[in-house]
Amino acid sequence: MSFRSAVVTFPGSNCDRDLAVALEKVSGTPALRVWHGDAELPEKLDFIALPGGFSYGDYLRSGAMAARSPIMQAVAQAAGRGVPVLGICNGFQVLTESGLLPGALMRNANQHFICRTVRLSVENSQSLFTAGYEAGQALHVPVAHHDGNYFADEDTLDRLEGEGRVAFRYAETVNGSRRDIAGILNEAGNVLGMMPHPERAIEREHGSTDGRALFESAIRGLVEA
Amino acid sequence: MKVRIHVSLKPGVLDPQGRAVHHSLEGLGFKGIEDVRVGRLIELEVADSTSDADLDRMCRQLLANMVIENYRIEKPESVA
Repeated sequence: MSFRSAVVTFPGSNCDRDLAVALEKVSGTPALRVWHGDAELPEKLDFIALPGGFSYGDYLRSGAMAARSPIMQAVAQAAGRGVPVLGICNGFQVLTESGLLPGALMRNANQHFICRTVRLSVENSQSLFTAGYEAGQALHVPVAHHDGNYFADEDTLDRLEGEGRVAFRYAETVNGSRRDIAGILNEAGNVLGMMPHPERAIEREHGSTDGRALFESAIRGLVEA
Repeated sequence: MKVRIHVSLKPGVLDPQGRAVHHSLEGLGFKGIEDVRVGRLIELEVADSTSDADLDRMCRQLLANMVIENYRIEKPESVA
């Protein structure tokens, strides 16, 4: 099988290697690496991943500068064509800043940088990314962020809930996110943004392997499609 | 000309930073503080010919996040 994935690295990304390793371990194919200044993505990609980190030093707002970098125009075009895009942590912030996902990620309600494993609940088990989970399944996945407090107006939140676009919810108090939202999908279901780090929970040595099914779901869904 | 862009959180958006500053001020013994909101001031040095529409686009496309923030443009004639 061939599975062509790409991981985008921005200046200040620091989870790009972990994400590439996770994609390679699960798919068996090395992920291609793309630089923020590239104007084009490699051809015929099956999957695009935006990693965690502190792109551009979190200047202005987390993800704000990265969202306007040259590669993001190509990512937005690919997302528009239906190519799956996964944004984790800073990657999620880049997706909201670029308008590919609604809402914004604000400073954690308690002002602290939160770095620990949290309990999540799978809210939508039908999406490309979450088909390997059961609805309501409890997961243990690490978070490591300062700006993970998801905000959107009530109408947007109602729409997200009504359309089944809340992929993951925190099952404990974490960062003040509206309706405990930890991850959301775009309208077409091919873009997922989430604050927790599934790539840090794929091997027994990580303390949890609950993130693995996310990559497996996506790869299985794409290869069988 | 020097243009100042004042970026502030929209009313209704919780400001955890403002709340922490509020508590700190009270901790220093200041009384009668009703609310604190923390915003951002961005100073731009731009060509005098820069149009209001361009300044508006700069704010909307990058300087402010319209989901959570408002902005106000202060131009030289309004700078005392």
